[in-house]
Amino acid sequence: MIVIEKCGKTEHEAIESALKELGATRDEVEIEILEESSRGLFGIIGGKQARVKVTKKYNYGEEAKSFISKIFDKMNVQVEIEVEEDSDKIRIDLKGDNMGLLIGHRGETLDSLQYLTSLVINKGKENYKRVLLDTENYRQKRERALEKLAKRLAQKVKRTGRRVVLEPMNPYERRILHFTLQDDPHVITYSEGEEPYRKVVIALK
Amino acid sequence: MRELVKFIAMSLVDDPDQVEVTEIPGDHMIIIELRVAPEDMGKVIGKQGRIAKAIRTVVKAAAVKEKKKVTVEIV
Repeated sequence: MIVIEKCGKTEHEAIESALKELGATRDEVEIEILEESSRGLFGIIGGKQARVKVTKKYNYGEEAKSFISKIFDKMNVQVEIEVEEDSDKIRIDLKGDNMGLLIGHRGETLDSLQYLTSLVINKGKENYKRVLLDTENYRQKRERALEKLAKRLAQKVKRTGRRVVLEPMNPYERRILHFTLQDDPHVITYSEGEEPYRKVVIALK
Repeated sequence: MRELVKFIAMSLVDDPDQVEVTEIPGDHMIIIELRVAPEDMGKVIGKQGRIAKAIRTVVKAAAVKEKKKVTVEIV
């Protein structure tokens, strides 16, 4: 949060010069009038300048965009960054030529960037905003792939009667597997092992 | 690569002035040493090393692009 105080002939003038200095627009700031201007006698004698206090509100989306774009600069990759912000989360979509590199094996690079961004923008803040980083619809494609995998493995468990242990996954991916099979009358799912190697198990009920 | 590690570390810690990053070039691998204030160690390592792992993963992606092998050590 940046706070500055400015004087001007009118309130409007004082606010404008403060906004210019902050490089902000009106909806990004909170304005407090400390002293109102007065014209004084004949507009010359005893006139008083307006004094305003302008506070630039913290903007999670902007911070996220700035953090990510600096990382890509230093990685030497050209990426277009689109940010959508609402009250509790920020969606960031990346567009560019080299997206496979930024997704990484099973999305691990994308997840790492998402995690680091979330840490940086929420650091020392009272409100927590979730960061969702995506590119080329990777999240949805991965979700569909996991759903298919879950159904296929459930069939295998039913056929063989033996339980199946999947590879380690993050909580978000494990949740998709549990969720997909929660209404299956013949199999149960649970997780075993410790983070970050926790695995989903599918077994007969 | 050094700049990347430095930027990420400085964004995470409370005391960015004490972030120090050195790059040690080798034949097969570049070693990047990251030093932060003792109070900030947790900020770059995290529970079960989760933050350190995320930093390494991002740096690895950058290294792949440059066709190099890089390892990040927090010392």
